[in-house]
Amino acid sequence: MNAPDWVSVCSKNAIEPGMAGTVPVDGGPEIAVFHTIGGDFYALVNSCPHKGGPLSQGIVHGDSVSCPLHNWRISLRSGEALGDDEGCTPTIPLKVEDELIWLDRAVILAEQRA
Amino acid sequence: MNAQSTINASGRMAGKERLVVIGNGMAGCRAVEEILAACPDRFAITIFGAEPRVNYNRIMLSSVLAGERSFDEIVVNSEDWYTDNAIKLIAGDPVVHIDREAQQVVSRGGVIESFDKLLIATGSDPFVIPVPGKDLGGVVTFRDLDDVEAMLAAANTSKQAVVIGGGLLGLEAAHGLSLRGMEVTVLHLMPTLMERQLDEAAGFLLKSELEGRGMTILTGADTGEIVEADGKVAGVKLKDGTEIEADLVVMAVGIRPNGTLAKASGINVERGIVVDDHMVTSDPNILAVGECVQHRGACYGLVAPLWDMCRSLAARLAEQPKGYKGSVTSTKLKVSGVDLFSAGDFSGGEDCEDIVMRDASRGIYKRVVVKDNKVIGAVLYGDTQDGNWYFDLLKKEEDVSEIREALIFGQAFASGGVSLDPKAAVAALSDDAEICGCNGVSKAQVVGCINNGANSVDAVRSTCKASASCGSCTSLVESLLALTLGDEVEESANTMCGCTSFGHDHVREAIVEREFKSIPEVMQELHWSTPDGCSKCRPALNYYLLCAWPGEYIDDQKSRFVNERLHANIQKDGTYSVVPRMWGGVTNPRELRAIADVTEKYNARMVKVTGGQRLDIFGIKKEDLPAVWADLNAAGMVSGHAYGKSLRTVKTCVGSEWCRFGTQDSTGLGIKLEQMSWGSWMPHKFKMAVSGCPRNCAEATIKDFGVICVDSGYEIHIGGNGGIKVRVTDLIGRVETEEEALELSAAFIQLYREDAWYLERTAPWVERKGLEWVKSQLFDDPATVPALAERFRHSQSFSQDDPWAQRAAGERSDLHSHVGSIGAGPPTDGAIKQVEPAE
Ligand SMILES: Cc1cc2nc3c(=O)[nH]c(=O)nc-3n(C[C@H](O)[C@H](O)[C@H](O)COP(=O)(O)OP(=O)(O)OC[C@H]3O[C@@H](n4cnc5c(N)ncnc54)[C@H](O)[C@@H]3O)c2cc1C
Ligand code: SF4
Ligand code: FES
Repeated sequence: MNAPDWVSVCSKNAIEPGMAGTVPVDGGPEIAVFHTIGGDFYALVNSCPHKGGPLSQGIVHGDSVSCPLHNWRISLRSGEALGDDEGCTPTIPLKVEDELIWLDRAVILAEQRA
Repeated sequence: MNAQSTINASGRMAGKERLVVIGNGMAGCRAVEEILAACPDRFAITIFGAEPRVNYNRIMLSSVLAGERSFDEIVVNSEDWYTDNAIKLIAGDPVVHIDREAQQVVSRGGVIESFDKLLIATGSDPFVIPVPGKDLGGVVTFRDLDDVEAMLAAANTSKQAVVIGGGLLGLEAAHGLSLRGMEVTVLHLMPTLMERQLDEAAGFLLKSELEGRGMTILTGADTGEIVEADGKVAGVKLKDGTEIEADLVVMAVGIRPNGTLAKASGINVERGIVVDDHMVTSDPNILAVGECVQHRGACYGLVAPLWDMCRSLAARLAEQPKGYKGSVTSTKLKVSGVDLFSAGDFSGGEDCEDIVMRDASRGIYKRVVVKDNKVIGAVLYGDTQDGNWYFDLLKKEEDVSEIREALIFGQAFASGGVSLDPKAAVAALSDDAEICGCNGVSKAQVVGCINNGANSVDAVRSTCKASASCGSCTSLVESLLALTLGDEVEESANTMCGCTSFGHDHVREAIVEREFKSIPEVMQELHWSTPDGCSKCRPALNYYLLCAWPGEYIDDQKSRFVNERLHANIQKDGTYSVVPRMWGGVTNPRELRAIADVTEKYNARMVKVTGGQRLDIFGIKKEDLPAVWADLNAAGMVSGHAYGKSLRTVKTCVGSEWCRFGTQDSTGLGIKLEQMSWGSWMPHKFKMAVSGCPRNCAEATIKDFGVICVDSGYEIHIGGNGGIKVRVTDLIGRVETEEEALELSAAFIQLYREDAWYLERTAPWVERKGLEWVKSQLFDDPATVPALAERFRHSQSFSQDDPWAQRAAGERSDLHSHVGSIGAGPPTDGAIKQVEPAE
């Protein structure tokens, strides 16, 4: 297990509840950071397991997001497609500390290699 | 402790007796619900809970772990319930002492409450096997939300998990962790999984299924010790020397009734707190329910018996004692995709007859155990449809000799019916057959609540709770709906979405009549079953509110589909296309030049003429959109709304200006129509066309609103569609002047806006309502057309702002830019901080 490499990306207020922000990564896939209406934060690779739709542009409800391309519903907790669809988008460890959003770069970079 | 001096006097309000409940879990709260129903005014109630939260559905922790639900979705009684029923909840503060003499309880935090009646519902404690290393960080049990959170935190940072225990709980934990991306090994002491509920064959099928999903399952595995490294778990060592690496160990080997507190106060406790048939302990003022009790020698670890206990308890308090006789239980495993049912005794043996059916190709195994012509046990794997039927036969001890031959083929065959219709099977169930095991709801109760007006699964869920927990009985509830309501249930298929039991019309009416002005308000007042809706209802509600309260309602960006949020069309590669408005399909060199310049400047990959007579610029990045719009605006062009549920185009032919057949100025009328109606939000996209003569070059007869110019004036057509299902318009009338054509168009649009369901185009809407209805709405009263048109113009006065101009001026730039970025620098860069991983 590699030690996490926490990187702060933005202030927690930068993303309105119910919306998502995008974070391009040097040497890694673009990440979508979600803020649920309930106030939780999650990070996922910004690509739907179906055909790569930008999940950050979907409608966020509960702890899932509906992909803007074909409306697959993806769990923000597990990255799994919900309902009858199958597939999974990698989730990225995220924490909120000092009013900032932190992502684990080690995991993001590992995602690119995988 | 000086209890006497701090007696809580508030308890005795208005002469009510004081009921104190210890345990804010499933049994404690259910008992209170039953008591409130049976004798609403008798008690002033206080509930103590060791957990710092409201009452939730413990069963569903497995789904929370698996990521299928959030905690909010499994709350059974929210704070409002406590407030509404004047219940004092003391959460996060366990009771540590019961003084029976003084009739008081004392909490760890020092709160003292006096009682007239005390109810103990302390549940059970997970059993922890006493091996070395059991107290290490990274060893958890599976009982409450804290455990789930500990597992989730571990799943975020670690890779390998060992679950000790291959029973119901252990397997659900293993399933959840494996969905969370961990490598999971299950250690089970016995030779087959879930040996108390499954026989060997079914246990084997289950094992292969789980192994097929990537879990490792070791049976006959006896844990010797938990291995440590750096003060934390590093693995598990079996007694035979095998070592398995792990950073998380979940102990799910069983539970023990929690009778510690009762015992310490001198109440009779054996395996559990001993109660009689009315749930009274050895102290007549003290009652107990749930997993902590022992009744007629039995302790239970499932919820269905608890509901029976709670009913008996409430009946006795209401002086109508019914008495609890014990329960027979059945089990289902909540692992998605594994259908497994077990009930009663299947150990077989002498005098027992086993009936087995296997269908290896379909992965089905069924076994029914019969003794003295009665079903005493059943194990079903792969096809559990008949589970409830067998369970019913078992509980009623029915004589099955008549149907013995067909028994194993299930109810449809055994009842002599040739059909395999699931409805017939449900119809044949007796009234007291249990439909929902999680909530203990019988067929008669479900039918009762359907007869009282619940006409959808969601309505049933919210009234009698059937199918509201693990959901495995949903198909039974659906069948009961169909049986009880016949055709009427069809109507409930028109609910807006799974979040509500109401249909579009009902919601729209409520928004207008009850003056709802925000999405959360609608959801709250109409009992939405999800915390914040879904991608179906949110955009619909946003539209309904906007249509009902133009100028007042503030548009909700997060409830908009991406196209409308970014005012451009998302394409398959995640880039966007941009379509400027070309009034009536007419353009000029300046506009064409601007489009050409934008295409070059932003590396657009293609420009295409659309079906609606406009130019579409493809391949723009979301970051570049505001700049593109600024350039197009500078040339005088505004958004074409080609992305919206809104007015799109007005297609025209050249008409009398140029065409030798033209009768009227079709281009001119098209431009006027477009200038009147652009920017309006609609239930769905809306297109218009004007043709200069019946040759109909603008294809006006497949548009939502079409005009065919004729010598004497204008023919008005509605409800056409060139989409998947082509529909030709209906002619609704002829008018003589352009003004009249414009007025009728405005009125028709407004009628559609106010009546159609969201995402319903005019063609299906006209067919649903009937052409006669549309005509009568417009023409029966001469006042309606002007009134509708006026409401449309009023709403337009708020919506004819070019959204591109606002964005180009910098509004909502957050929607277009990244929130941050991650560079390639070394992990010592200033913005970077090393933090220990959470445990
Ligand atoms: C993960 C999981 C999955 C399950 N799945 C199923 C299933 O599919 N089907 C099924 O039928 N059953 C299932 N069960 C079992 C079911 O949850 C229990 O049978 C049921 O919760 C028991 O209810 P109870 O009220 O007796 O105990 P609990 O619900 O455990 O409630 C007891 C409460 O008392 C509190 N408490 C204890 N001591 C004190 C004190 N001194 N002071 C104050 N409060 C105290 C505890 O904190 C707890 O909140 C499952 C259980 C778990 C953990
Ligand atoms: S519809 Fe009639 S007026 Fe218009 S272009 Fe065709 S032929 Fe000419
Ligand atoms: S790409 Fe997400 S649903 Fe198709």
